[in-house]
Amino acid sequence: MSAARRRFLARIAALAGGAVLAGCDRLSRTDWFPPILESAEALTRRVQRLVTPRDALAREYTVADLSPKFRSNGTAEPEDDDYLALAEKGFAEWFLEVGGLVERPLRLSLADLRAMPSRTQITRHDCVEGWSAIGQWTGVPLAAVLAEARVRPQARYVVFRCADPMEGTEESKYYESIDMVDAYHPQTILAYALNGAPLPVANGAPLRLRVERQLGYKMAKYLMSIELVESFAAIGGGRGGYWEDRGYEWYAGI
Amino acid sequence: MQSDEGAVPGRLYVRHSLAVRVMHWVNVVAVVVLVMSGLQIFNAHPALYWGKSSYTGAGPIWAPGAFPGWITLPDVQWLAMGRRWHFFFAWVLVVNGIAYIAYAIASRHFKRDLWPARQEWRTIPRSVVDHLHLRHPAGAEAARYNVLQKIAYVAIVFGVFPLLVLMGLGMSPSLDTLVPGWVDFFGGRQSVRTLHFAAGAIVVAFAAVHVFEVAITGAWNNLRSMVTGRYRIPPERAP
Repeated sequence: MSAARRRFLARIAALAGGAVLAGCDRLSRTDWFPPILESAEALTRRVQRLVTPRDALAREYTVADLSPKFRSNGTAEPEDDDYLALAEKGFAEWFLEVGGLVERPLRLSLADLRAMPSRTQITRHDCVEGWSAIGQWTGVPLAAVLAEARVRPQARYVVFRCADPMEGTEESKYYESIDMVDAYHPQTILAYALNGAPLPVANGAPLRLRVERQLGYKMAKYLMSIELVESFAAIGGGRGGYWEDRGYEWYAGI
Repeated sequence: MQSDEGAVPGRLYVRHSLAVRVMHWVNVVAVVVLVMSGLQIFNAHPALYWGKSSYTGAGPIWAPGAFPGWITLPDVQWLAMGRRWHFFFAWVLVVNGIAYIAYAIASRHFKRDLWPARQEWRTIPRSVVDHLHLRHPAGAEAARYNVLQKIAYVAIVFGVFPLLVLMGLGMSPSLDTLVPGWVDFFGGRQSVRTLHFAAGAIVVAFAAVHVFEVAITGAWNNLRSMVTGRYRIPPERAP
């Protein structure tokens, strides 16, 4: 092959390479392509659920492993008048509503929750951004609250609604959802204490969710209500959470 | 490589089987997407740590700042989309890699072409010198991979890639529960993240050397052999 033809082919290859990369960026912005990429999420969830025992515990650490100061991410202080009024009074007038597909809707105060069975665990919090921090959490197993409320058999997901508006509006308030496998996991707790002290506002006071086998964004802070549902398609953007509605995976096991 | 028979200079022979060619190019696409989307994910928190967590009081071991947009996928800061690309093509890489390893063993490609024969190990020093002088085998010798090439391929396929995937899985808070403490065995979750990045850097370095060697040992002949399978034995050097 002649040198000229070789140079021509090399140039074609370089152009094609550049076009492919530019094409990848364009594909990300189409309607039809991201769903193809997203199909991997269901495969990941099924395989991870298949290989990990249902009640396999996340690693628990010792006091020596605690991060000196547990990092606050996302909202550090909800910009919501109702929330700030509750915080002002030390959350004495705060209640957690438990409703939806339950036999017995509940309205639990912080004192009610503290009187229930508790679990303390030193676990690692893995943020989707890549960092990890280790903290000691104390709270009520979600399973205990669900038992009290008597979940109806149709319920497939637990939806958590939070006090913090992400973009200043009522509709932008943070929310999350998990399925019943994670809801009944022994380390899934509604935490009211961090490192032996009442949960600070920066970390989700007065109550936050811990789902130890998933990434940090699943662990909703500033909990206001819990709703048992059959489907979350009609809630928010329909994808099961604030960040999920913005393209993040509903199953955040990796 | 299919066979040494008829490996006479100037003659075309089938060097790579169809299966190897297909899996090679699937792997190229997967690796390019994984490296670029991996850098996108890295950019969400561009620092590496050693240990169980990022906040131990010790600080990062390496914090280079964000990689430029032209080398990330997508080109703008967009973690959610970077993760979508990464986890889709991670499956492509794993399925393709398992298929390749199974094929290499079942077809004896591994034993025949990749694992250095006993007498070859002794030729390593000479091969190193030859490589540094950019001297490459010709004639019948060029029909086989040289010893350094074999070692590089075996190390990358059976060492670096499995480690890379394992360290990727080690970052999963779910798979962490599989065998208690397995992630801590590698130094902890943040160490595993650092090792994942390091293994990725080794793959990039391997690819750079690989493409360099392909280019200087007859780019067109090499490329044709990985597309059509046909490779022309380079003529013997003049004595």
